Amino acid sequence: MSDAATIDTAVVAVRSAQRIRRDHRALTAYGLVAPAFTLMLLMLLGPLASVIALSFTDYQLGAPAFSWIGLANYQEMFADRVFWISLRNTLTYVVIVVPGAVTLGLGIALLIESGASLRSLYRTIYFLPVMATLIAMAVVWEFMLHPQFGLVNGLLRGAGLPAFSWLQDRSTALCALCAIGIWQAVGFNMVLFLAGLVSIPKQLYEAAEIDGAASAWARFRLVTWPMLGPVTTFVIVISGIRSFQVFDTVHILTKGGPSKSSEVLIHTMYTEGFEFFRSGYGAALTVVFLVFVLLLTLIKARLADRGVQHA
Amino acid sequence: MARIELSAVRKSFDGTEILKGVDLRIEDGEFISLVGPSGCGKSTLLRVIAGLEPQSAGEVRIDGVAADAIRPSARNLAMVFQSYALYPHLSAFDNIAVPLRMRRLSAVERLPFVGALLPSRRRKERGIREDVAKVAEQLEIAHLLGRKPAQLSGGQRQRIAVGRAIVRQPVAFLFDEPLSNLDAKLRVHMRAELAQLHRRLNATFVYVTHDQAEAMTMSSRIAVMIGGELVQVGTPTDIYDNPRDIRVAEFVGSRKINILPGRIREDGRIEALGVALRFASAASAGPCRIGVRPERIELGSGPFSGHVVHAENMGSEAFLHLAVNGSDVRVVARIDDPRRLPSIATQVSFGFAMDAVRAFNADGKRIEVEFEHTERVRERAIV
Amino acid sequence: MKTLRAIPLWPVIRHLLLIAGAVVLLAPFIWMISTASKPPEEVFSSELHLIPHHFALWDNLKIAFAKANLWRFLLNGVIVTVSIFVLQVLIALPAAYALAKLRFLGRDTLFALVLFGILIPPQATAIPVFLLLHKLGLLDSYAALVLPFTISVFGIFLMRQFFKSVPDDLVDAARMDGISEFGIVWRVMLPAAIPAVTAFGIFSVVAHWNDYFWPLIVLNSEQLRTPPLAVAHFRNNEAGTNYGPLMAAAMVIIAPLLIAFLLAQRRFIEGITLTGIK
Ligand SMILES: Nc1ncnc2c1ncn2[C@@H]1O[C@H](COP(=O)(O)OP(=O)(O)O)[C@@H](O)[C@H]1O
Ligand SMILES: [Mg+2]
Repeated sequence: MSDAATIDTAVVAVRSAQRIRRDHRALTAYGLVAPAFTLMLLMLLGPLASVIALSFTDYQLGAPAFSWIGLANYQEMFADRVFWISLRNTLTYVVIVVPGAVTLGLGIALLIESGASLRSLYRTIYFLPVMATLIAMAVVWEFMLHPQFGLVNGLLRGAGLPAFSWLQDRSTALCALCAIGIWQAVGFNMVLFLAGLVSIPKQLYEAAEIDGAASAWARFRLVTWPMLGPVTTFVIVISGIRSFQVFDTVHILTKGGPSKSSEVLIHTMYTEGFEFFRSGYGAALTVVFLVFVLLLTLIKARLADRGVQHA
Repeated sequence: MARIELSAVRKSFDGTEILKGVDLRIEDGEFISLVGPSGCGKSTLLRVIAGLEPQSAGEVRIDGVAADAIRPSARNLAMVFQSYALYPHLSAFDNIAVPLRMRRLSAVERLPFVGALLPSRRRKERGIREDVAKVAEQLEIAHLLGRKPAQLSGGQRQRIAVGRAIVRQPVAFLFDEPLSNLDAKLRVHMRAELAQLHRRLNATFVYVTHDQAEAMTMSSRIAVMIGGELVQVGTPTDIYDNPRDIRVAEFVGSRKINILPGRIREDGRIEALGVALRFASAASAGPCRIGVRPERIELGSGPFSGHVVHAENMGSEAFLHLAVNGSDVRVVARIDDPRRLPSIATQVSFGFAMDAVRAFNADGKRIEVEFEHTERVRERAIV
Repeated sequence: MKTLRAIPLWPVIRHLLLIAGAVVLLAPFIWMISTASKPPEEVFSSELHLIPHHFALWDNLKIAFAKANLWRFLLNGVIVTVSIFVLQVLIALPAAYALAKLRFLGRDTLFALVLFGILIPPQATAIPVFLLLHKLGLLDSYAALVLPFTISVFGIFLMRQFFKSVPDDLVDAARMDGISEFGIVWRVMLPAAIPAVTAFGIFSVVAHWNDYFWPLIVLNSEQLRTPPLAVAHFRNNEAGTNYGPLMAAAMVIIAPLLIAFLLAQRRFIEGITLTGIK
């Protein structure tokens, strides 16, 4: 009787001692993650939920009250010519910059890899635009594209070709921005492709040669291209996501003009949300942007899950 | 020096029970090996003793004190890991000094930059330097102290890890397969060194290994663990000669024990491969298994016969693989003199002495047998 | 690629193509330096020439530093990027350690949230975060520039992956040696993760040094401007009149990162391409 009782108390004592240590461990773990997750809720997940909620309100910064207006923001947006122009311009930008920056990046990577000399010098040179502050370089580009004193028109005139006022002309403004976008993204893609190329086992080329792939082109088709396939898809998606976020060059060089010919989604969102302080409407634009980017990101996550890595 | 007692220790991970009630009493100053196949729960048990893993049930006592609420570092045990677990960014000296610094310096004194300026820290550092130097001398690693782990060979890292363990003079040492990452030659050498270290320190050593040879050669006692249970605890000789479970018999011994299919007849007499042996058992009739170690198989005469299928000449000795006639049983026999090795396909007859036989029932538990002529146990076991 | 090398002509073609491409890619840099070195009368001439007849780089730099408080803006850039990085590490490392090495209820959910957070582009949360800072009265301050970026889910993810590869034994050894869990983060994990932290640091510093969108939104005061904002304002104020000093200012703004890049190219490329997984 009393024996059983002592054993029971002993067991209870052991249990509670173990619980104390286990709880202590769990508490430590929660203590370690607490700052990160508080901030994450405050700066990331909360705002994400708010942006969706805001898009159903007529909130304006500084307004004393707001009301839920359902889909009115979206209705206004879909009825707004500017939104459609902006969306079309964004998609045009993506459709021009992605293929341009990806093919050029791949081409340069292949060229660099096809020889042994000066590899790292070329890699450095082509990577420079990625590093340089885009806003500063946009200002440089603006002067290069200057209708009168710019380098580009100077060269065109020298070659006897017609000159343009690139950024001031409705028909060329978006193209000029695309060109800057490609210029900036090529080096980034090149590095991703270089990493992909380096990871192709050299024996595969030797095997291909023995198997009768005599020309360089045949070996590219047989080995390089299939081995690079996953990297390529990956680079395309990443370039897509980045192009969708284009803002800096637009804001400083054209402000979306002339007459909305270079207006893009994030710039519209910026104007509505931070210049007119129409937070609700800006939020609705953000949601549209988010849908596009998340679509691309999900494709990328799919690829990443399949073990496709860029390096 | 410490006595470590485990009673009914259980541990489950996500519902699977890894330790199924372990009872073990480790005496003060003892060198005990915990041996068993990979995945049987040895490391888990060691980590429970160290306090790195809380047990699900049961109790760990160190010198009579329940250790459950005591943090790993406060248990005053040292552990040497298979991967050595040296801090890669610290020199060998700093690696060895870490446990001393953590114990002797206050939080303020440990602060980077600021701490180094405190006079008290300088004084304590002097003591630490002396202690590390003493250990380094003992282990003959003084010339390595300036190097980073990456600049050391496996054996040198091993010594640094041991140095980190002994520097703070713990009451017991826990080793988790400390030699498995070394090459074969160095491993044999380090066995001897560790055994010497144990004699010199006179501390409790708990040594986990999956290598039965390490356990046999180094320890005063062996605990054989299989499937989360301690199957047998005893001296190396005891474990080798008197396995109480067929799994122990099969696990221990550098050459696996031969297992012959047998039967206990209605009259209690035991048969092996259909041949009646000269002893009986009180166990109930039915199938059983007969274990005979390779060195106890006697070639040349006997009731069994087979042909040679393979011969392994080791230089100092040889092992002959025989396919027993009329069954698919293989038997391995040791030959002391390899020059007398029969060629492949030769027919050989063989037998074994009575005291070479270990009988196990269908569940693998040892069966006690009665010899017919107990005074002549070394006679042939055959009727 | 192998027989390409065998053709003697190929290396020549390869270099010609790469040099041609390099010239196009470097043209803005060259033109920037060239313009920054020209006096106004040469800038505003329709005749193209690369090498200035009259070398005016120092004059232009002097004008740039006189018209805009460039030192102050560079210092702002340093303060902001360094604060962001230090806070990111202070906050992300403990979380990454707990997610990688400790067992606790809700760990997998938290990690799933981290993975989800990586998918969210920074522009998406701009409006609510702006409103939040407005409510807190923090707009137009260093805090407004730094606070939203102190949490880097990407950093947590990256570090957690790295910590996963640190052997458990090392953590256990530290516990046996008497190091606390918090101490393990800084004394054991951080030193082991220096390469990953460096790559992440480069990624973070470059991203925030070059960031234009967020400072544009939250800043008003001149003395808080970050380098990109400074160039933008310089350009808006001096548009069409002072290209020499403008190019000089642009040079000054991109110089710190570019020089650092040239000194440690491999690390930079490694760090920047982290966005690939982002
Ligand atoms: N932290 C853990 N979580 C889940 N399972 C574990 C953990 N640690 C060990 N195990 C499991 O427990 C079993 C025994 O592991 P261990 O004690 O390391 O074996 P041994 O050291 O004898 O090789 C293994 O099946 C292993 O998968
Ligand atoms: Mg183990």
